[in-house]
Amino acid sequence: MAFLDNLINGISLGSIYAVIALGYTLVYGIAKMLNFAHGDVIMVGGYVVFTAMVDWGMNSWLSVGLAIVACTVLGITIEKVAYKPLRKATSLSVLITAIGMSYFLQNMALLIFGEKPKTFTSVINIPKISLFDGKVVIKGETTAAIIVSIVIVVCLSLFVNHTQKGRAMLAVSEDKDAAQLMGINVNSTISLTFAIGSGLAAVAGVLLCSSYPTLSNTTGAMPGIKAFVAAVFGGIGSIPGAMIGGILIGVIEILGRAYISPQLSDAIVFAVLILVLMIKPTGILGKKINEKV
Amino acid sequence: MKFAKKLMALSLAAVMAGSCLTACGDSSKSDEKGSEDTIVIGGSGPLTGGAAQYGVAVKNAAQLAVDEINEAGGVNGVKFKLVFEDDEADGGDKAVNAYNSLKDKGMQVMLGTVTTGSCLAIIDKTKSDNIFQLTPSASAQDVIKNDNTFQVCFTDPNQGKASADYIADNNIAKKIAIIYDSSDAYSSGIYNTFKTEAQEKGLDIVAEQSFTKDSKTDFSAQISAAKSAEAELIFLPIYYQEASLILAQCKSADFAPKFFGCDGLDGILSVDNFDKSLAEGVMLLTPFAADATDDDTQKFVKAYKEKYKDETPNQFAADAYDGVKIIAKLVEKESIKGNMKASEICDKLKKAISDGFSYDGLTGKGMTWSSEGAVSKNPKAVVIKDGNYASL
Repeated sequence: MAFLDNLINGISLGSIYAVIALGYTLVYGIAKMLNFAHGDVIMVGGYVVFTAMVDWGMNSWLSVGLAIVACTVLGITIEKVAYKPLRKATSLSVLITAIGMSYFLQNMALLIFGEKPKTFTSVINIPKISLFDGKVVIKGETTAAIIVSIVIVVCLSLFVNHTQKGRAMLAVSEDKDAAQLMGINVNSTISLTFAIGSGLAAVAGVLLCSSYPTLSNTTGAMPGIKAFVAAVFGGIGSIPGAMIGGILIGVIEILGRAYISPQLSDAIVFAVLILVLMIKPTGILGKKINEKV
Repeated sequence: MKFAKKLMALSLAAVMAGSCLTACGDSSKSDEKGSEDTIVIGGSGPLTGGAAQYGVAVKNAAQLAVDEINEAGGVNGVKFKLVFEDDEADGGDKAVNAYNSLKDKGMQVMLGTVTTGSCLAIIDKTKSDNIFQLTPSASAQDVIKNDNTFQVCFTDPNQGKASADYIADNNIAKKIAIIYDSSDAYSSGIYNTFKTEAQEKGLDIVAEQSFTKDSKTDFSAQISAAKSAEAELIFLPIYYQEASLILAQCKSADFAPKFFGCDGLDGILSVDNFDKSLAEGVMLLTPFAADATDDDTQKFVKAYKEKYKDETPNQFAADAYDGVKIIAKLVEKESIKGNMKASEICDKLKKAISDGFSYDGLTGKGMTWSSEGAVSKNPKAVVIKDGNYASL
């Protein structure tokens, strides 16, 4: 029974990682850069929902909508201000800029919202499901995380493969210069990618803070890094890969904590990253490409 | 622009030179005899930085106690003066500098430091200077390793023992789960003594779960273990922030054991946007609760609020208030005069405090001290009821 309970908790955590990993994978797949500030956009999303709900007394759905809009705008702004001037620079410069952006967001949040962690009010009111006389409980947040992550994966796959904008993304991902020659606006395509990725970050922020109701300026940092591991595990650049990787990482983390050692659970997650990089660097569903990093 | 830069450099240099004069001034002053009717109490704690609220509370409450004693005419005609320095809760030079400044200002008895790290940085100095040191709130065991240092607060491990005793003696629960922070000395210290004492008292520890400072938001695995072991009570020797998450996650897992914690849980009710109904029925050992109904506490809280803009005193304030009153009581008992040397006072006080001396304070009744420096007092347990502390 305890195993089933842990497994469900793992899937719940993993679904949240999956939504975060989708943002990583999307941006990497199209813009070929690791946006390490992604985890911090999650945190900003959390704060927007918190402020809207608690300080302004807004309805929870409206607050989530506001957070998605705010994060989308933030994502586009970050791309325009920090990454676009570096479009021609080496990938190392872009990576370091992303890390700088991550610290910038964390410290801005510290300045604006203070160092005291806030308790988040869950926006999800799906009833919990009780199994085996209450020995195993599936929380409303778990159900929501699983459903939301599946819906996002399906929608994203359809969008990328079957719409004009989506196919433009694929083209930019294959070859930026050739895409431009074919009449695709590369800059607006990359902006669109960041907009979608950051909107997803807001959704991930809501799911994360609803499941683990605390909010501080570093809320997004650790889940962001774990989701990055998940994206690599599943095959970075692959949308279904991010989903599979996220859920596996979540389950590995929780089972590791429950049955091996709580001290080692993070180490196990990162050991998985090292193993994947050693054995199959392209991940479970990754395409074999020649990397220039 | 250039002129402004020069001016700034000059003034900076002047400030630095000035601060050097105060900080490295000759330290022999503390050997000088003070005036006959005033004893200087030196306090040290963080007045700036992340732990500032602890130091400010100690400073405020100590000043309140000193004022009260002086207004009542002092003890045996001797009045007190409080000098306080900022050590920023630093475990190195800043604590030592603060201590040296206090000596320059003629400190004869020390109330401090507020935090464990700073205290460890200076205990060997107070020992070699032979200054009587009473810390309101530095709770580590090592703080009192010298014979001139005493604590007002419980030593960390004692809280674990007191908690186990309380649970066993009052028959609160038999099957106990523990969730503690294995990366924190405070938490694992309490956990170890709790476990030993609980086994001695015949309590059944059914689950021992830990977490670390890097993974302290998701407690589902720990809660699942406690739940499947059918624990009746979860012991939480941790700080309130993590505890608030554990309470929320237990509720959403439909698991409703009793909860018992130590003074680290103090503050849980003031977490931003925390749903207080989650903490309903949580028991904790805390030396001081501002809404306790006894006369002494009420009087102290009222006086503190009047003096400090409606701020509610916390346990650090209560510890400091007791600390000053304890020093005053000892001064009265030993007929200490203001013109005695710090070292002479220390010899008398360190003997007196562990020799049949007892004090009824805000943080405990019948407080006595061992010659090692640890305090013995009955722990106060409170239960959270209707969003407030109520005595058990």
